[in-house]
Amino acid sequence: MAVLFDIISWALLLGGSALMLIGGIGLYRLPDVYTRMHGAGIIDTLGAGMVFAGLMVQAGLTLVTVKLGLIVVFLFFTSPTTTHALARAAQAEGVLPLLDDKGEDDVDLSQYGMDGVDLTEEPDKSKT
Amino acid sequence: MLHTISLGSTLFALWLLLSGYLEMWLLALGLGSTALMVIIANRMDVIDHEGHPVHMTWRLTMYLPWLAWELVKSNIDIARVILHPKLPIQPMVIKIKGSQVTELGYVTYANSITLTPGTVTLALENGEMEIHALTTASAEGLLTGEMDARVHIVEGAADGTVKGAG
Repeated sequence: MAVLFDIISWALLLGGSALMLIGGIGLYRLPDVYTRMHGAGIIDTLGAGMVFAGLMVQAGLTLVTVKLGLIVVFLFFTSPTTTHALARAAQAEGVLPLLDDKGEDDVDLSQYGMDGVDLTEEPDKSKT
Repeated sequence: MLHTISLGSTLFALWLLLSGYLEMWLLALGLGSTALMVIIANRMDVIDHEGHPVHMTWRLTMYLPWLAWELVKSNIDIARVILHPKLPIQPMVIKIKGSQVTELGYVTYANSITLTPGTVTLALENGEMEIHALTTASAEGLLTGEMDARVHIVEGAADGTVKGAG
């Protein structure tokens, strides 16, 4: 049984580490601040989640597992907030997202009753 | 009052879990600090349906497993995009409308969107959200409106906050 738990825990730890590495590669490869946020998103969701799950399997049914679980909960509440704050800060500084014109045509927004956003307008600084 | 009692018991449960002490003297200290926290929170006037949304607890438990599965799927999608030699991204900014009626509902929806890799909420105003999406697929996944509908169920719309107050 102990071996089985070790295998599960190591699979989770290694999987989580691999995802964190991929997130890091994403930070390097993606072209601008907004797209890089998506790379960072992998690190703090499934990357951190799998590492913590692996640690929880190692800890077994103890108080440590509960504490690790609490860390995951707090992480999942705070990380979108920080990502959003970062995006708002970039917008407030007037950083325009790099856009792909071809992509706009690929998804037909009108079928959902929506239009794309005109990004040529100056970002409204009063909103922050 | 319900929120005060619930906040107090949650805080004390948290204290117990984090400390693990069961001696009388230390328990008394834990109760004391819990009471102090409740008094401070009360003075700050943050004990309400927003600061401590007990009414959402049950529906949130139903929502989180679905969100976790969505997270796994979009994580794999974005990881594949990053590792792809050609880096097939189509970054775009789209505007969507949430069907939520409370501020708390909008925040839950916006946070769920940001938490999912591939989509980040840039702005939220009057129920309209500006979303930055990394690929066409992640934008389309959002536009199907499944997450929107599920968050609408979570908020329950039971506390009568004015629509569009966000």
